[in-house]
Amino acid sequence: MKSRLRFTLQLSFTLLVCLFMIVPVAMSVVAGLTENYFLGLESGLTLRWVNEVWQLYADTILLSIQLALACLLITVVIGVPAAYGLLRSRRRWANAIEELLLLPVAVPGLATALALLLAYGSYREFRSSWLFILVGHVLFTLPFMVRAVLAVMQTAKLPQLEEAAASLGANFRQRFFGVVIPNSMSGILAGALMVVTLSIGEFNITWMLHTPLTKTLPVGLADSYASMRLEVGSAYTLIFLVMVVPLLVAIQWAGKLTRRH
Amino acid sequence: MSSSVSITLTQCSRTFAGGNTALQPLDLHVEAGETLVLLGPSGCGKTTTLRIISGLESPDKGGRVQFGKRDVTALPIEKRDVGMVFQNYALFPNMSVADNIAYGLKIQRLPRAEIEQRLDDVMRMVDLQGFGERRIDALSGGQRQRVALARAIAVRPKVLLFDEPLAALDAKLRDRLRIEIGQLLRELGTTAVYVTHDQDEAMALGDRIAVMQAGRIAQLGSPQEIYHQPANAFVADFIGAVNCLEVITTRADGGLAVHGGELVAPHLTGVSTVYCRPEDIQVVPAAQADIRGKVVQSIFLGQTQRLMVDTGGAAPLQVEASSRQRYSHDAIISLALPAHVLFHPDRPTPSVRTQEVVNG
Repeated sequence: MKSRLRFTLQLSFTLLVCLFMIVPVAMSVVAGLTENYFLGLESGLTLRWVNEVWQLYADTILLSIQLALACLLITVVIGVPAAYGLLRSRRRWANAIEELLLLPVAVPGLATALALLLAYGSYREFRSSWLFILVGHVLFTLPFMVRAVLAVMQTAKLPQLEEAAASLGANFRQRFFGVVIPNSMSGILAGALMVVTLSIGEFNITWMLHTPLTKTLPVGLADSYASMRLEVGSAYTLIFLVMVVPLLVAIQWAGKLTRRH
Repeated sequence: MSSSVSITLTQCSRTFAGGNTALQPLDLHVEAGETLVLLGPSGCGKTTTLRIISGLESPDKGGRVQFGKRDVTALPIEKRDVGMVFQNYALFPNMSVADNIAYGLKIQRLPRAEIEQRLDDVMRMVDLQGFGERRIDALSGGQRQRVALARAIAVRPKVLLFDEPLAALDAKLRDRLRIEIGQLLRELGTTAVYVTHDQDEAMALGDRIAVMQAGRIAQLGSPQEIYHQPANAFVADFIGAVNCLEVITTRADGGLAVHGGELVAPHLTGVSTVYCRPEDIQVVPAAQADIRGKVVQSIFLGQTQRLMVDTGGAAPLQVEASSRQRYSHDAIISLALPAHVLFHPDRPTPSVRTQEVVNG
């Protein structure tokens, strides 16, 4: 009797907490689809605001996607060999490097952005291009890729597999691409999804680094909430959710793959 | 069959970064086509020796590794043309059975038709026909071992190296695979170096055995030599069980007084300990006894039984007897130890009495 009561109480508590977090998001979605927020649902549902967002901010959405894909490419090209290097290195400074990688994540995005401005702000061309923002994104997302890949590499018993491949005549390049990469795939996938999701949603660094010509989706979102109708901002949020929620589901699925090792 | 080479190690030693000396300077020569077993307890240096031969490790300065007349010391493993079978198989999980076995052949860029042909041959040799498309994680331990074996021999290496390949398998499987590997090695005629801590495996597979201890070779010889003429106490004790009987006094006529009786051993005058294998001690009627003692324990082993006999010495004598006879606790038992089964590592034994079977 007592445990049943406890179960019900715990379940109710969990549901309340979930509602607490989800209700605001749901309200935002509804607001983006309502004719007039202050009149409520009676004013009718419409896609008018979604359309307006697309007219005004399509380029920010496209830039966000472009940034995410470029970020993904760079973190894979840098991160996978880095993870391999950390795996093979038995020196003490390998740990130090892993910690240094985490720094941009731990430090407030504003600080990272300021550091970039100080270092490279004087290069006009670079400063005003989307590549400047890309650098910020890579700094922020690289450790997530490295960690995800390293975690899988560590469970795959790679050193033994490499010895076996070498005994059969494979040189380093053949071993890396034929044995190491295929057996780290689930880590690369998990890392990739993480990087893309984080890049699309990245605000702190991007806000400091953007120019009127290089606005990303989150920046545009802040803009629209500040200067436009509430409904427009909410429609913008809706678009963002439509992009990101499938990614989050995919991350969960990829995580299961990684755990299977 | 592939041409095989001899292997020569000259003054190869290996001390690791932490100061641990795994191998003292070692000289070793393996004949072409021979199967040499490196046998010893953990930490004796047998795996280090194997890895130096393979090229996965380099000997310390001054060490040299030769395959035939060719100095391969500076060559990494991928250039040495060896085939290696690892203890945990190290099969590639991302590839099927056929792809695993053909891996080395693809690296060598052999034509497709030849790869198919060799795949067939090799899978037949290890009894894995029809397994080509299976995934590695769907195989049993014994099957994985066969894939590892097939993968190593498919490339027709000059030297085959085995790093305790059967250690991860259960006893029955080990027995069976040991026989199969032995047949395979004979069929292939490739020079092979096999590392194990299991003496049964060593004696079944090796043309010669190198018993190693603390980074050195304690004895190098054929299985018969190692077993019947151990060169020192370590080898005598490591291979099979051995009894050490303390000599109390030596009589004028050559008789050796030991705890529980007296032994006749003209070839062992002057020794302080006499060695004897449990299976060489016979249980006899009292009149023929050399030694008498009390049975304090009998261990049933299926095929035989091991009797622990207290003769008054420091340790009980181990005697191997037929398992069908029951001995009650504290029964007095009479044992015969004829001269030819007694030995001491420092003394040459009279030639081992074997009976040659003549055809016909």
